[in-house]
Amino acid sequence: MRFADILRFARDAAAGYPLRTFLSVLAMAIGVAAVVVLTALGDGARRYVVGQFSSLGSNLVIVLPGRSATGGFNPANAITKTPRDLTNDDAAGLLRLVPVQRVAPLFVGNSEISVGGRLREAVVAGTTASYFDIRNFEIAQGKVLPDEDWNRVIPVAVIGRKIQEEVFGNQPAVGQFVRLGDRRVRVIGVLKPTGQGLGMNTDEVVFVPVALAQSMFNSSTLFRILVEARGRNQIEDAKREVLTLLKARHGGEEDVTVITQDAVLATFDKLLRALTAAVAGIAAISLAVAGILVMNVMLVAVTQRTAEIGLLKAHGARGRTIRQAFLAEAAMISVVGAFAGYLLGQLGAFMLRKAFPVFPAYPPDWAVIAALATALTTGLLFGIMPARRAARMDPVQALMKY
Amino acid sequence: MALIELCGVERVFHLGDSTVNALARIDVSIDSGEYVAIMGPSGSGKSTLLNLLGLLDRPDAGTYRLEGRDVTTLSPDEQAAVRSRRIGFVFQSFHLVPRLTAAENIALPMMLAGIAASERTRRVDQALKDFGLNQRADHRPDQLSGGQRQRVAIARATIMQPAVLLADEPTGNLDRTTGDEVIHLLETLNAGGVTLIIVTHDPKLGVRARRQLVMEDGALKHDSARLPDAPVG
Repeated sequence: MRFADILRFARDAAAGYPLRTFLSVLAMAIGVAAVVVLTALGDGARRYVVGQFSSLGSNLVIVLPGRSATGGFNPANAITKTPRDLTNDDAAGLLRLVPVQRVAPLFVGNSEISVGGRLREAVVAGTTASYFDIRNFEIAQGKVLPDEDWNRVIPVAVIGRKIQEEVFGNQPAVGQFVRLGDRRVRVIGVLKPTGQGLGMNTDEVVFVPVALAQSMFNSSTLFRILVEARGRNQIEDAKREVLTLLKARHGGEEDVTVITQDAVLATFDKLLRALTAAVAGIAAISLAVAGILVMNVMLVAVTQRTAEIGLLKAHGARGRTIRQAFLAEAAMISVVGAFAGYLLGQLGAFMLRKAFPVFPAYPPDWAVIAALATALTTGLLFGIMPARRAARMDPVQALMKY
Repeated sequence: MALIELCGVERVFHLGDSTVNALARIDVSIDSGEYVAIMGPSGSGKSTLLNLLGLLDRPDAGTYRLEGRDVTTLSPDEQAAVRSRRIGFVFQSFHLVPRLTAAENIALPMMLAGIAASERTRRVDQALKDFGLNQRADHRPDQLSGGQRQRVAIARATIMQPAVLLADEPTGNLDRTTGDEVIHLLETLNAGGVTLIIVTHDPKLGVRARRQLVMEDGALKHDSARLPDAPVG
């Protein structure tokens, strides 16, 4: 029997029992769709988290005051005040390191911002112009903080989107004076909405030059120093040299913690990939179930068509021909089911993206390919047994079924 | 040389503890172009004999030569090839594939044999014309009358131009008039050179054949070719 004829015969046979065929196609489709949608969810979660971390800026090394891990008893702890503060000079010193591209000190305090009788609590972040570059912040109106001597007190501010909306309403903000704590500062820029990052909602932050913030709160202690390495492969160098320099500056004492965004990111990435794979594995069970269903359907088909098998044998069909015809039918059900499921899954992922635009629910390629391959393999594998049963049927017995 | 030569053919069925001799030492020889009726009561072994002749079943003992070739020792695939090319089957209940049209049913043996689609179309068109089924080519079996169904079945059985046509109660599911038409059709084919073997328990049908084989309890009780003076029954 010719290949094209086998396919046509199998297609007609499948179409001859529409309900039965539809149900097994549906089972296979649901299995594949489940894999596609669930991996889209898992991978979407991974992309979302990675995206959130990436929005902190790339090649980022963050310096925190204080030691995160205890290194045993240090006699110096008994006499000196620890941890030693991080200062503007520490930050400025880091700029001299070779693997370092940019440095931004970050001072954080809570204050109130008011204009024309409207008052709102706000996080005041003292920093420099380079902070906006490191964090990839974009300015909606006006400009960023001036690139001046870090120790000059300049009464200007760049405000977050939410502060602008709540304090100025529809009024233009750039060029206006606001009261910030006990200071009068001029708004020189408004940020585009950015969202969460580094534990604070940037949309609700008032950025001022670092010296202004320090004089407002009468403290020189920095909250963080943000360091940007020259490249991805220099992150580790930057981390090591930053630590060495700060240790030297702090009298040989390692009283700062240096974390890299990369390390955190890699951990999350690994975690969420494992999660996605686990979810895909669970979804794959539904594919196995679908495969078994295809087997059942094909067994029923063999029983229903016993007489037909006898007839085909009487008219010269070889065992192999019958086996191929039934296998082709199982394969067709699986292929159609797999592709229907693929489309269904993509539709589901699309609707997820529509419903939650921030959530990048795209199924990963490997999952789609694996789902399709598994569907086809199970369909064929589970089709073999019924096909063999059909091929082995005794024609005399089979013909009596008419 | 005889077309069909059965020599000491036996077929035994095991039903639980008991054994049934469905065929006991059958020796028969049928020449090419003969018109043979196999008769006998139910359970006499006539269907078993027909299945053996059609290579659907294997004898437990004895040899079956078809066109001088011992076909009992062939592999299942070789037997399938012989069925495909040399043997045509006509069944009592037509055995048409319900989802296929008349034309597709007729083309089925050619499709199984791997004949090209263009050649199939040509031969099916000719067969539809020969069997008066032109208007019914695209009808499914449930849209055809009994007589038309059996004509489709006969067209299908002869489309590979077999040497032997085996018909198992071909008129059993038809009324008298349509049954006669079908028999006429089969006899016309026989006149054209095809060896026709009909299994029937209808004596009226049996006497139309030029030779009668009467079976009883698995044995050949009467062969009109060998014992021309014995009664027909």
